[in-house]
Amino acid sequence: MIKLASEAEATLSSFYEEMRAKGAPRLRAAAWAAFSEFGLPSRRVESWHYTDLKTAMSRPAPLATSSRGAMPLPRAHDSLRLVTLDGVFRADLSDIARLPEGVAVQSLRDALAQGELHVMSALASADIGAQDPILALNAALMQDGVVVQIAPGAKIARAIELATFSSAEAAQSTYTRALVMLGEGAQATLIETLGALSAAPAQDNGALVLRLAASARVELVTHLSGGVDQSIRVASLLAHLDADARIHSFALIEGEGLHRRQIFVRLDGEKASAVFNGATLGRGRLHADTTLIVDHAKPSGQSRECFRNILDDQSVGVFQGKVIVRPGAQKTDGAMQSKALLLSEQATMNNKPELEIFADDVQCGHGATCGRLDKDQLFYLTARGLPRREAEALLIEGFANEAMEALEDEQLKAFLSDRVSVWLSRRIGR
Amino acid sequence: MAARQETVARVESIDVDAYKYGFSTDIESEKAPKGLNEDIVRFISAKKSEPQWLTDWRLEAYRRWLTMPEPNWARVHYPRIDFQDLYYYAAPKSTPGPKSLDEVDPELLRTYEKLGIPLREQEILAGVETRRVAVDAVFDSVSVATTFKEELAKAGVIFCPISEAVQTHPELVQKYLGSVVPATDNFYATLNSAVFSDGSFVYVPKGVRCPMELSTYFRINEQKTGQFERTLIIADEGSYVSYLEGCTAPRRDENQLHAAVVELVALDDAEIKYSTVQNWYPGDSEGRGGIYNFVTKRGDCRGRNSHISWTQVETGSAITWKYPSCILRGDGSQGEFYSIAVSNGYQQVDSGTKMLHLGKNTKSRIISKGISAGRAQNTYRGQVSAHRKADGARNFTQCDSLLIGHDCGAHTVPYIESKNPSAQFEHEATTSKISEDQLFYAMQRGLTAEEATALIVNGFVRDVLQQLPMEFAVEAQKLISISLEGSVG
Repeated sequence: MIKLASEAEATLSSFYEEMRAKGAPRLRAAAWAAFSEFGLPSRRVESWHYTDLKTAMSRPAPLATSSRGAMPLPRAHDSLRLVTLDGVFRADLSDIARLPEGVAVQSLRDALAQGELHVMSALASADIGAQDPILALNAALMQDGVVVQIAPGAKIARAIELATFSSAEAAQSTYTRALVMLGEGAQATLIETLGALSAAPAQDNGALVLRLAASARVELVTHLSGGVDQSIRVASLLAHLDADARIHSFALIEGEGLHRRQIFVRLDGEKASAVFNGATLGRGRLHADTTLIVDHAKPSGQSRECFRNILDDQSVGVFQGKVIVRPGAQKTDGAMQSKALLLSEQATMNNKPELEIFADDVQCGHGATCGRLDKDQLFYLTARGLPRREAEALLIEGFANEAMEALEDEQLKAFLSDRVSVWLSRRIGR
Repeated sequence: MAARQETVARVESIDVDAYKYGFSTDIESEKAPKGLNEDIVRFISAKKSEPQWLTDWRLEAYRRWLTMPEPNWARVHYPRIDFQDLYYYAAPKSTPGPKSLDEVDPELLRTYEKLGIPLREQEILAGVETRRVAVDAVFDSVSVATTFKEELAKAGVIFCPISEAVQTHPELVQKYLGSVVPATDNFYATLNSAVFSDGSFVYVPKGVRCPMELSTYFRINEQKTGQFERTLIIADEGSYVSYLEGCTAPRRDENQLHAAVVELVALDDAEIKYSTVQNWYPGDSEGRGGIYNFVTKRGDCRGRNSHISWTQVETGSAITWKYPSCILRGDGSQGEFYSIAVSNGYQQVDSGTKMLHLGKNTKSRIISKGISAGRAQNTYRGQVSAHRKADGARNFTQCDSLLIGHDCGAHTVPYIESKNPSAQFEHEATTSKISEDQLFYAMQRGLTAEEATALIVNGFVRDVLQQLPMEFAVEAQKLISISLEGSVG
């Protein structure tokens, strides 16, 4: 069964031998077997067609070994922050003492060592996402991360931020995994911050596993930034929603290097609802891939996706969105929209919205467009005296904000709008 | 629900068990030995007295084919095909090269009569319809008759079996054969290049508007034979041709392979309209038998302002694997794809198109309607791409699917790739995309919401059907005149 051939895969195999000794051997073994079956995905793997990881990861960087002391970290949000630095959960850098009632936190390393059944079973991703080699690799090699349990009925007012940074001076690999479980009716706002604090080309493979019990609600904002030309980041989200549960999510991708955010969400109870929106601000040689699978397994679910790719310079945007409606998932309502703006002659956009439908009484659709800024609109603004770059910025801002409008948290919305403004002001300044 | 009921009834009426072309003709035929090897390739080439270059071309394709893996990316499932258990050449025995219809086996003529294909020119002339269609009839591996050849020749149009064109116009065949679909293109196209038997050849000279519709009627008759037809159509500068293709096969328990290649070349300002009504035997209601339709169709808009339009109505075949494509190479060229794919029983369809925008100001339009009933799986798979230099490229794509019943599936897999900021691509796949305005307008005039929906959707499907030439539109409408109300994705 093991048919890993390349040098890169041999290196990964040695990582696996190392990590296997550090807890959860059965879970890791199953994940490693799944990864071994596929190996590193090349363009020939359908779901990785536009992101050739086999080439990008031909030299896996050594596993991170963090022994860094306390250091000041950038802080963008007034949040309860849980920090994972260079592959290790750092209680000393986290707001453990400020955690409100109803929130229990431990490091993934401890959780794996204790091997509590419900944590272990939540970490194992048997169904959706099982086909993805890189998510499997994450499970096989996970070093550390954080486990957050939110009690049934708890309504957490302040946002919980899961911050993951790489700070090493030399290239390194990190495999981190966070697990957030919300009890029945619990509510929380989550911020997922993935950033780099150094200019070394990191290879970060992070996963967030979200389990929403019945009627739980999550608002999730994900921010992928940083990176350099050779850096690789795969950030996976694996979400399970029980009946009436709701997730509302927005992801912003900016920075340099290769970023892939992949979302696997399963609507596993009736009337569950999921919103996944996002925007990419592409500059330089950024390669930003958003791949999304929404799996409607039970009736009366609703899903909405709205993505905006803004691509300048030689950046490459990828959007692959698949909506699956399983047999029996009647009354499913799904709508997906992906729009892209190409701002330069060298930018590229690849769109692949997909539908896979096995139930007849459903309403599903998708739309995808790609083009440049509307000439008439530009003319209108420049005719009123706006310099061309500013006119463009105004239109781009409006384009990006369309995807953010649905967010409920005003502070987060302001943060994201601000990121867009910063990106645009750099564009105007050039 | 009236409209929906009507739809259900219509789709059921094209029930696979009611396949009316399922008879077989008892006719003596000459076959190559079963299986495939270099000798078979040489045998086919020798049968057709081909020049050496073509024999070599076939052999090279065969050797290449041996090294290729079977494609498995399409959403279709079937047991492995045993390529050694097929006959690669079958021809009805008759006097060699019949000079006129009188020399053609009467059994064959009766077959075409039963299929409703007119092979006798006088009968066509005596008919009420004033429009005429020239027909090339391909029976298993050979063309048995081509009508109106003289009249077409007067206009300068060459319309003949490709095996004949190899003899009479070798320079044209050599120049264009494999220039759109290279012999190395894909597993089935390469197999076809090695063993292709017959098909039509069309050349329309500069500035000529072909005086009548051209049509080829493909019939698989023999058991355990594959049909590997090859069609090549060249429209020289400023010319126009409309070409129709129809296909049927007897009802048999075994699966039969049909791996065709169609190449279209449109030079400057030329237009080719290619229409297909595909009605191969789909298998019975238990999923036994039926044709595996693994076809490579590609048009090359090689010249400036050239135009290629594909229209297909797909109701047959157990498995369809088919993506009629346009390479929009010439500046200002246009590609169109209109498709209605109906699947029932255990049919599996994985079909769509590719629009590759290479030239400046190229335009393409894709309208696809998939209807899935019974236990069928119907997938639209399409690619639209804009090359770096494709300034001002435009595409509009709309895919609608309709599911009837709990056990079928409808899938949409579009690939939309743009490397040019001035390229404008729009893709939609929606549930019966009817605007509120249209509904409001119709309901203002006294129709119920249901009637209004049916009216609008019916009108829309008719638009697609109207892309077909008259003769085929009637046939296609008989096969499906379906309202798409309540459709998904």
